[in-house]
Amino acid sequence: MDNQKAIFKEEAYELLAELEEAMLELEEKPEDMELVGRVFRAMHTIKGSGAMFGFDDIAEFTHEVETTFDLVREGKLTVTPQLMSLGLAARDHIKLLLEADEDGSAVDTVRGREIIDAFKALQDGGDNDSAPDADAMAATGAGALAGIDNAPEEERVETIYRIRFRPHPELLANGSNPILLLKELADLGQCSYLAQTDNIPELDALEPEACYTFWDIVLVTDQGVNAIRDVFIFVEDDCDLTIEPVDEEGLGEENYKRLGEILVERGDVSSEDLTGLLNGQKRIGQMLVESDLVDPGKIESALLEQDMVKTKRQERRAAKTASSIRVAADKLDTLVDLVGELVTVQARLSQKASQNMDAELLTISEEVERLTAELRDNTMSIRMLPISTTFAKFKRLVRDLSKELGKQVELNTSGGETELDKTVIEQLSDPLVHIIRNSIDHGIEAPDVRQADGKPPHGTVNLSASHAGANVLIRIADDGAGLSVDKIRAKALEKGLITADADLSDKEIYNLIFAPGFSTAGEISGVSGRGVGMDVVKQSIEALRGQVDVESTPGQGTVMTLKLPLTLAIIDGFLVKIGDGMYVMPLASVEECLELTRAQADQAQDRTMINLRGDVVSYMSLRRMFAVEEAAPEFEQVVVAESNGMRIGFGVDRFIGQHQTVIKSLGRTYQDIREISGATILGDGTVALILDVQQLVETMQQTLSQAA
Amino acid sequence: MAKTIMTVDDSNSVRQMVGFTLKGAGYDVLEACDGQDALSKLNGSKVHLIITDLNMPNLDGIGLIRSVRGLAAHKFVPIVMLTTESQASKKQEGKSAGATGWIVKPFKPDQLLAVVKKILG
Repeated sequence: MDNQKAIFKEEAYELLAELEEAMLELEEKPEDMELVGRVFRAMHTIKGSGAMFGFDDIAEFTHEVETTFDLVREGKLTVTPQLMSLGLAARDHIKLLLEADEDGSAVDTVRGREIIDAFKALQDGGDNDSAPDADAMAATGAGALAGIDNAPEEERVETIYRIRFRPHPELLANGSNPILLLKELADLGQCSYLAQTDNIPELDALEPEACYTFWDIVLVTDQGVNAIRDVFIFVEDDCDLTIEPVDEEGLGEENYKRLGEILVERGDVSSEDLTGLLNGQKRIGQMLVESDLVDPGKIESALLEQDMVKTKRQERRAAKTASSIRVAADKLDTLVDLVGELVTVQARLSQKASQNMDAELLTISEEVERLTAELRDNTMSIRMLPISTTFAKFKRLVRDLSKELGKQVELNTSGGETELDKTVIEQLSDPLVHIIRNSIDHGIEAPDVRQADGKPPHGTVNLSASHAGANVLIRIADDGAGLSVDKIRAKALEKGLITADADLSDKEIYNLIFAPGFSTAGEISGVSGRGVGMDVVKQSIEALRGQVDVESTPGQGTVMTLKLPLTLAIIDGFLVKIGDGMYVMPLASVEECLELTRAQADQAQDRTMINLRGDVVSYMSLRRMFAVEEAAPEFEQVVVAESNGMRIGFGVDRFIGQHQTVIKSLGRTYQDIREISGATILGDGTVALILDVQQLVETMQQTLSQAA
Repeated sequence: MAKTIMTVDDSNSVRQMVGFTLKGAGYDVLEACDGQDALSKLNGSKVHLIITDLNMPNLDGIGLIRSVRGLAAHKFVPIVMLTTESQASKKQEGKSAGATGWIVKPFKPDQLLAVVKKILG
């Protein structure tokens, strides 16, 4: 930086010389505006560069001088001999300031102030309004983000904003990238956006360099509206931007805005059109789309907003921790059981109603169905507990363990507000204790070892929880030594878990730690390695219909991820038929459905894969898997499900549809059948088996690798 | 791969300061002393962002922006202009010439980086 300062000084001395020359000339020809411009530019550059190179005193001082000459330039002040002597005095003072930086000599600050005061007095003689006040100068000195006004410090209130960002078609022509703007917006808070594509013309009318898409954004942020405007500052003239707060923390809890109200407010539909339609019986969104008043994108965007407002309000309400009552847990369990029964009975009612073709009964049954679903969600939410209750006790565990082992370990927790079913939380505690023990015992190294590796002496274990769809993810991450592929391999070999020539990926080797009876610690310590291995952890998590995953980077640590379902009792399922049997897949894991002809299905069975729009997707015929003997239907239907980031197509005979599934366990007799996680009772009283998609995938992988 | 930023300014000290800051943040920097110089250096090289002063001899910033927007290979390159508070009309002129954004002089290194990050992502 010193080098840069030198360059600045060199330039500044040149400018000062130029300034002196120009001012002396100006004194002789006070009307010459060209000369005024020269003086102004020189002052301006000194000020600008001065501030950039940290000569704040010079910048501040020069600012007043520059302001005065700006007034002269605008013709609001005239050049007088008095002004010229002041200008020259100012120039000398700047020189002094420069030299002071060089040799450290003291500067007569009083003199500087006198000059500034004199300039200010002159400015007051001119037009007061145009003179930037001292505050503006302070802002420049403090450095508001260049080109962007710093918003005054506001009280931080979390607000939901509805933002409609409609770039003009030529936005791209000046090098702006709307995607980056949206990303920047997402950095401000919780953000969902929806691209509206109805302005994109037909291909032959399409101008490839124009931007036709516009975006509806719902943003939850506490940064205030100015922060949002700042994002769009460079494009504000090239787009239509509306930012409206739709829901602010602390406002009255009026009812949620209806979809129609939101659309009218946004000007997407007129209220007359709306009321005209409201007499129908269908859902408002569907009616609007059908009558071509609004396109589906707009509806979707409005629904998105409604949703965000709803969830935010709920969060806030939760935050208020309003009055609560304590209830014995078994009462809640009974309630859940009863709701489960109710759901089953309701399924029967629905079935009966649809068979009888009785319109009145059908209406009643639909009403009951809606109420049941609400009752179910409500009951489930009563059973939800924040996971922080479990997290709290680990602090102590970590403290005690690290003392015992002579290690320094810090536990950080986040996402403690994430809610999980009470039963899940209860059964989660032991596996978590075990994993954390392992992290501290095997993962985190002793302080001296850590320091030798260039890490801080105290290790960190991060425990975090977050939502992911219908699941909750719990991550336990340590910054220890990581898993040793070689050690695990050797151990697995010794225990006879793998053969010497097994060709395994690192990931597969890591997964060996979940094999029964595995322990890599050199010596068995009092902390871990007491016969309870990671296999028990895996079993208990799987008993909760969850998954365990391990990732590790040598030298940087290990991350264990537990994926758990939100609830154990009732899920949304997808009902399918194979032969005469009915089966349920968890709806959350179903991605899409497709249909194959018999010939295609047979081919798929031979190859164990299907072509899904150009992607190769593994395929498995459940008919074959369950050895169904009835004749195969002419068309086979395929459910594409997602498991562990992998897509699998399951061939079934027929889709039945969505089904509220009350999970009943199968009892001890069937506990070894891992592909079936439970059963449920359908409306007609028949039993449908619930498929464990993940287990099915694993079974298939095993079969495949054995075949290979 | 590091992104390349071209800085165009006739003031050596500003160029140095901008260049130093950008290099420190991991960008490759190409320097040009005026619009003419910038155009000739642009020819054939891949530049991700141009930061240009407005007041320059030979070809000024506005002229440079117009010329760059006319080049097929560079018409979508983001261009940031360096302006001063007292040049509101210049800013407008630059915008209509096709500038992507602007930085008000004087600025501090982190302000410069904030704008570069905003535009380059």
